[in-house]
Amino acid sequence: MIAGLSLLSLVIWVPIAAGVAVLATGSDRNAGLARVLALIGALAGFALSLPLYTQFDNLQAGMQFVEISPWIETFKVTYHLGVDGISVLFILLTTFTTVLVVIAGWKVIEKRVAQYMAAFLFMSGLMNGVFAALDAVLFYVFWEAMLIPMFLIIGIWGGPNRVYAAVKFFLYTLLGSLLMLVAFIYLYTKGGTFEILDFHRLPLTLTEQILIFFAFFMAFAVKVPMWPVHTWLPDAHVEAPTGGSVVLAAIMLKMGAYGFLRLSLPIVPDASHALSGFMITLSLVAVVYIGLVALAQTDMKKLIAYSSISHMGFVTLGFFIFNAYGIEGALVQMISHGFISAAMFLCVGVLYDRMHSRMIADYGGVANKMPIFAAFFVLFAMANSGLPGTSGFVGEFMVIMGAVKANFWYAFLAAVTLIFGAAYTLWMVKRVVFGAVANDHVEHLKDVSSREFLVLGLLAVAVLGMGLYPLPFTEVMHHSVNNLLSHVAQSKL
Amino acid sequence: MIFAMPNLTPALPEIFVLIMVSLILVVDLFLSGKNRFISYALTQFTLLGAAWITVSTSGQDVVHTFNGMFVDDVMADVLKMMTYLAVAAMLVYSRSYIQLRNLFSGEFFVLVLFAMLGMMVMISASHFLTLYLGLELLSLSLYSLVALQRDSAQATEAAMKYFVLGALASGLLLYGMSMIYGATGSLELSKVAAAVQQSAGSRTMLVFGLVFIVAGLAFKLGAVPFHMWVPDVYQGAPTAVTLFIGSAPKIAAFAFVMRLLVEGLQGIAHDWQGMLIIMAVLSMAIGNITAIAQTNIKRMLAYSTISHMGFLLLGILSGSLNGYSGSMFYVLSYVLMSLGTFGMILLLSRKGFEAENIDDFKGLNQRSPWYAFMMLLLMFSMAGVPPTVGFYAKLSVLQAALQAGFVWVVVFAVLMSVIGAFYYLRIVKLMYFDAPEDQSPISSQPDAGVLMSMNGMAVLALGILPQPLMALCAYSIQHSLL
Repeated sequence: MIAGLSLLSLVIWVPIAAGVAVLATGSDRNAGLARVLALIGALAGFALSLPLYTQFDNLQAGMQFVEISPWIETFKVTYHLGVDGISVLFILLTTFTTVLVVIAGWKVIEKRVAQYMAAFLFMSGLMNGVFAALDAVLFYVFWEAMLIPMFLIIGIWGGPNRVYAAVKFFLYTLLGSLLMLVAFIYLYTKGGTFEILDFHRLPLTLTEQILIFFAFFMAFAVKVPMWPVHTWLPDAHVEAPTGGSVVLAAIMLKMGAYGFLRLSLPIVPDASHALSGFMITLSLVAVVYIGLVALAQTDMKKLIAYSSISHMGFVTLGFFIFNAYGIEGALVQMISHGFISAAMFLCVGVLYDRMHSRMIADYGGVANKMPIFAAFFVLFAMANSGLPGTSGFVGEFMVIMGAVKANFWYAFLAAVTLIFGAAYTLWMVKRVVFGAVANDHVEHLKDVSSREFLVLGLLAVAVLGMGLYPLPFTEVMHHSVNNLLSHVAQSKL
Repeated sequence: MIFAMPNLTPALPEIFVLIMVSLILVVDLFLSGKNRFISYALTQFTLLGAAWITVSTSGQDVVHTFNGMFVDDVMADVLKMMTYLAVAAMLVYSRSYIQLRNLFSGEFFVLVLFAMLGMMVMISASHFLTLYLGLELLSLSLYSLVALQRDSAQATEAAMKYFVLGALASGLLLYGMSMIYGATGSLELSKVAAAVQQSAGSRTMLVFGLVFIVAGLAFKLGAVPFHMWVPDVYQGAPTAVTLFIGSAPKIAAFAFVMRLLVEGLQGIAHDWQGMLIIMAVLSMAIGNITAIAQTNIKRMLAYSTISHMGFLLLGILSGSLNGYSGSMFYVLSYVLMSLGTFGMILLLSRKGFEAENIDDFKGLNQRSPWYAFMMLLLMFSMAGVPPTVGFYAKLSVLQAALQAGFVWVVVFAVLMSVIGAFYYLRIVKLMYFDAPEDQSPISSQPDAGVLMSMNGMAVLALGILPQPLMALCAYSIQHSLL
C-alpha cells in the first residue's frame, strides 16, 4: 500500500514544504494568505499522521512503517525511518500541537507572520523526523536543525530579554548535542554503521558504556531538562512567544526523554543500570526541589516552566526504575504533560494578550469577567496537579506504582511532591482567577474568543479523554516497552 | 645530447592560463576606462577555458611530466576545478565593488590570474622546486593585490606585514627543504618518500628539516602559532582581495600540505602528526576564543578562518585516506562558505561605505529577508549546524580523528565549536533580532545577487545531499595517493 510506504516521509516533508510555501508569500501584506496556508499545512500534517495510529499493529514490538534508502554511502548513512509503540504517539502529539499553535498565533502575531508560521511548520517536520529517525546521523540532523527555527522564534517574537534567552537556549543544547555526536561517531568507528538498531546490539565494555552514557546524558538531560542543567528552560519559556513555549514544553522536552529511551537505555544497558541511582537521585531532586522552587514564583510562565521540570522528573524517574509500570507511566506522563503544559501556556497566553503581563500579582478575580476561561484554566490546573479523571493522574499514578516496586522511598518522595504540585498550581489559580476583581484592567477583560475556545476545548477533550480512558494510549506502547525492557535486561558485557 | 620534448598534456591548463594572462596584459594597454569590461570578460573566459581543458584532459591515472616535477592526478583536477570556480565567483562578487573603488583595472585581473596560476602549479607540483615556484608566484601576486589600493594606509600596512612575514615563512620552508634534500639526496617528492621510507639518511636531519617545513606550511595555512598576519591582512586588504585570499588559496594550501607531508614525508608521519595536533588544538582555541571579541566582521572571519584551519588539520593528522578525503571535503566546503560570507560583505557595501562592522548586519532581515536567510545558512554552516554542508565537513574530520584514536582532541574540538557557534549566532542575532540602523536599499548587481542565492542554496543542498561531493573527495584521494 502506498500510504504505508511513505507515510513517515510525508509526515516529515509535507509540513516543511508547506513552510516553504508560507515563506514564499513574502511580506506582511499577504499575512492572511500565509495564515491560511500554514493552517492547511498543519492540518495536512495532522491528517497524514492519523493513519500511523489507525494502521499501527499493537501486537508487534518492532519498527513499523519502515522506510530505508541509501543517503550518504561514504559513511554508510541511510535514510532510515520507522516507528514503534514508543515513538508513534509523539508524532501524533507533534502534528496535533502544530495545529494548535498555528491557530493560537492567528491574531496575536502581527509582524512577520509568514516567517513565524513557517518556522513552526519547519519545526513540526523536523520534530517528526527526530521521532522517526532510525539512523544516528539522520537523528542528529533533525535534532540539531530543529534548534534553528526555535532560536529564531524565541529571538524574533519573544519578550524583552529574548536575545539572552535565545542564545542561552541554543548554546546549552548545542553543547550537549555535540557530545552526543562524538558518541555516535565513536559507535560508528566501533560498529561500522550508523544504524541505531545496530547500535543496540553492539557489545561495549563498561568503561565505554559509561563514557557514552554521559555523552548522551549531556544531550538528553539538557533537553529534558534535568536538574542541574535546567536553567535555560525558565529563561526560554518566559521570553518565548506563547506558541514557542507550547512547542518547547509539549514536544521539545519530550525529545530528551525519548532520547534516553531510544538511545541511552538500549545502547548502554549496563551503564544505565550502574548509574540508575544517580539518575533517580537527579530525578527526585527535580521533582522535590524544583517543585519547591515553583512555589516561590511570581511570574505565571516561570511557574509553569518549573512545574514542567518537576513533571519531567517523574518521567526520568519512571525510566530508571526499569519496570513496565515505570516506563509506560513515564510515556503516558510525557504525552499527558504535552497536553497539559500546552494548555497551561495557552491559558497564560490568553491572559497575556489582554493584559500584557504575566505577573500573578497583576491579576485577581478573573473568573468574574471571564467565566469560560476560568473554567478551562481550573480544569487544566487540576490536571497539572494530577487530579484523578484527568490525564495528569494516570501517568503519575503508574510511575508511583512502578517506584513502589523498586523502592518504597522513591515512591514516597515522588508521591509527597504531588502535594507540592497541587499547592503551587492551585495557589496560582486561586490568586489569578478567584477573589474580587483586583484592578481596572481586570475589570475590562473580555472572555475567550471562539478561536481561543476551539484551541482550549480541543485540549480539554484530550486531557479528559486520556484521563478517563487511557487504554488506547497504553495498548499501543505495551509490546514495544516490554521488548525494550527485555533488551535492557540483557548485559552487553 | 638529445632534447626530448616533455609531455605537455598534463600542464595544458597552466599553459593556457599563462598565455591568456600575457594576452590580457597586452590587450588591457589598449583599453580605455569604459571598455575595461573586456579584460573582465577575457578573465572569465580564461577560467572557463581552463576548466574545459582540465575536464577534457582528466583521467584516472597519475601522469608525471617534466622529469617528475609536475603531476596530473584526480585530486589535482578536482582541486583545480574548485579553484576556477572560486576565482570566477570572487570576480562576480567583487565586480561592482572594485569598479566603485577604482580598482577595476588590468592589473587586478592579471594579478588574480597569476595568483591562480601559482595555485595551479602548487596543486600539481611533485617536486620541491615546483612547489616553491608555485607558492612564490601565488604569494607575490597576493602581496601586490593587498597593496593595490595605493592611497589606503591600512592596506599598505597590511601588505607590508604580509610581505615581511610571508618572506620569512618562505625562507623557513626553503631551509627545511634544503635539510630534507641533504638527508635524502633528492628534491623529487616520490624519491624523497622512498628514501624516507627506507630510512636512508640521518633521521635527526630529516626531523630538523620537517620542523621548518611544518612552520612554513602553518604560516601559509594561517594556523596558530603562525597566524599573526591573518587578521591584519584580512582587515586591511580591500574586501574583494580578502575574499580572494580567504577562498581559493586555501585549496592550494591544502594541496601543498598533502603533497609535502603526505606524498613526500609520509614515512615520518608520526613526527608531523604530533606537531599538527598542537597546531590544530591551538588554532581551534585561539581562533574561536579571539573571534568573540571582534567588532570588525572581516577580522572576526579571519579568526574564524584560523579555527577552521585547525579543523582541517584534524583530518590530515589522522593520517588515513579517510582523513585526507575528510579534509578535502572540509576545505571545499569551507571555500564555499567563505565565498558566500565575504560575498555578502561585498553585496552590502556601496560607494563610500564598507559594510565591515558586524553592526552593519543589524536588521538585515527587514531590509532583505532573502539575503538574511542566505547569510543565516552560511553562518550556521560555519558553526557546523545541520542541515548545512558545514556539519558534514566537521563530521568527516571528527570521524577520521576519532578513528585514529584522538578521542580527547575530538572532544576538545567539539567544545571549541560550541564557542565558535556563539559568534556566528551573534551575526544571526543582529540580522534577525535587531532593528536596522541603516535604511538605505541594498544595491546589488543582478549577477552577484543570483550568485549569492546559488551559493547559499549550494550550502543547503550539499547539507541535505552531501554524498556526491564526499564521494568525489574519496575518489580523488584514492586515485592520487598510493
